[in-house]
Amino acid sequence: MTRQARVAYDGAIHSATPHEKGLQLADGRVLAETAVVWLPPFEVGTIIALGLNYADHVKELSKELTVSSQDEPLVFLKGPGSLVGHRGHTRRPADAAFMHHECELAVVIGRTARRVKAAHALDHVAGYTVSNDYAVRDYLENWYRPNLRVKNRDGGTAIGPWLVSASEIPDPQALGLRSYVNGQVTQQGHTRQMIHSVASLIEYLSDFMTLRAGDVILTGTPDGVVNVQPGDEVVCEIDQVGRLVNTLAADSVYGR
Amino acid sequence: MNSSNLPTLEFDTAPYKLSGVVYGCLLNHAPALAALGDAVNLPPYKAPPRAPVLYIKPRNTLAADGDAVVVPADAAALQLGAALGLVIGRTACRVSEADALDHVAAALIVNELSVPHANFYRPSVRFKARDGFCPLGPKVVALADLPNSVDALTVRVYVDGTLVQQTHTGDRIRSAARLLADVSEFMTLSPGDILMLGVCADAPLARAGQQVAIEIDGLGRLHNTLVAEAAPLTQEPAR
Repeated sequence: MTRQARVAYDGAIHSATPHEKGLQLADGRVLAETAVVWLPPFEVGTIIALGLNYADHVKELSKELTVSSQDEPLVFLKGPGSLVGHRGHTRRPADAAFMHHECELAVVIGRTARRVKAAHALDHVAGYTVSNDYAVRDYLENWYRPNLRVKNRDGGTAIGPWLVSASEIPDPQALGLRSYVNGQVTQQGHTRQMIHSVASLIEYLSDFMTLRAGDVILTGTPDGVVNVQPGDEVVCEIDQVGRLVNTLAADSVYGR
Repeated sequence: MNSSNLPTLEFDTAPYKLSGVVYGCLLNHAPALAALGDAVNLPPYKAPPRAPVLYIKPRNTLAADGDAVVVPADAAALQLGAALGLVIGRTACRVSEADALDHVAAALIVNELSVPHANFYRPSVRFKARDGFCPLGPKVVALADLPNSVDALTVRVYVDGTLVQQTHTGDRIRSAARLLADVSEFMTLSPGDILMLGVCADAPLARAGQQVAIEIDGLGRLHNTLVAEAAPLTQEPAR
């Protein structure tokens, strides 16, 4: 496996690999990218997410706040109902003034990690994918912030399209990442700007919780987050990892 | 605890599939919120909670009746969060308070263990998500078979056989039905998910070497042993 997706097509769920015309199912069928329903590209276990892991984004959120690698990572957890695959829709609540996208490198664990040191941490990574971890800032409260009403909304975390083998990404801190809203660049960052690297996050987390295959770490986002509206197409792109498309949908689509 | 004694529950036992997504609600016990006094209006909180403030006990925390739970070397004691867990039986999305309990298949006891912490501003993953910190069981009981409403059951906590706390499942900011309605407004709960009603004020503490047990009317008795952490592993586990 170097690049693998999970898709629904013709009444069944398939694994798929890239093809010059789009993608190829394991059974041989070649399809256009828009002909399938893209699912999260792996069976998801525990979803771990990082806040404030890029110095420039910290500055963007609060002029007074400073965070360094000496500070404990700001970690929160999400449930599987938050995930939606490539080319899916995310609901944009009408009563919120500010809902923003967040392009994040997602690190998928491939082998049980318990008290792993950073020097060996990447041996436990199966691969990487792209995530867009939306936040609705109107719902922020100062209790277990960011609270789940902000960060664990149904379909509020797009992920995919491909799970890219760790062997293809020798250095996860050497990747440029960008977001586009309706084709305009909004976020431009680089994973070397992470406050806590992928390896140090695995060391930190595995010191107190056993990480297992399928657990995923969403490693935080750089600055440039902007408000999005129903109908907006948001693309999150990470060098060598992939290009994740998501479209915002209005409450009315959901009968609200 | 090593990987060989991670979750021992039967997750696919009929009729209720326990999917492993266990959600808790911070400060849902009215006396627990009242105990914070005016601090809720001061920084960093600045206001009492509005929507339910939830947290997740991930799959590495799940443990069964009888399991030993490791007390981390840097914690003098663990807080015993005696909680009633609602086992979701039908997909619950935007349910009304009146219909909410129709989506609950059953209830069970949860010992929602934490390393004690006084600050609730940031998510307390390091204090709540350690391996084995969420014993569940010993049985899953349909709501219809409970001796009383889910909001009116007596809860007893024992340490080394001595009763250290007696409370009940009432006095909630949000009753079971109200909580499920308010949570399902922004996130769907699926069959097998567990939503805890919230831990009571003055949750008791216990140390390594002690036996802890929780009883809830009609749900049996969940008992576990707290054990000291062994010396840190210096080797990577075998591939």
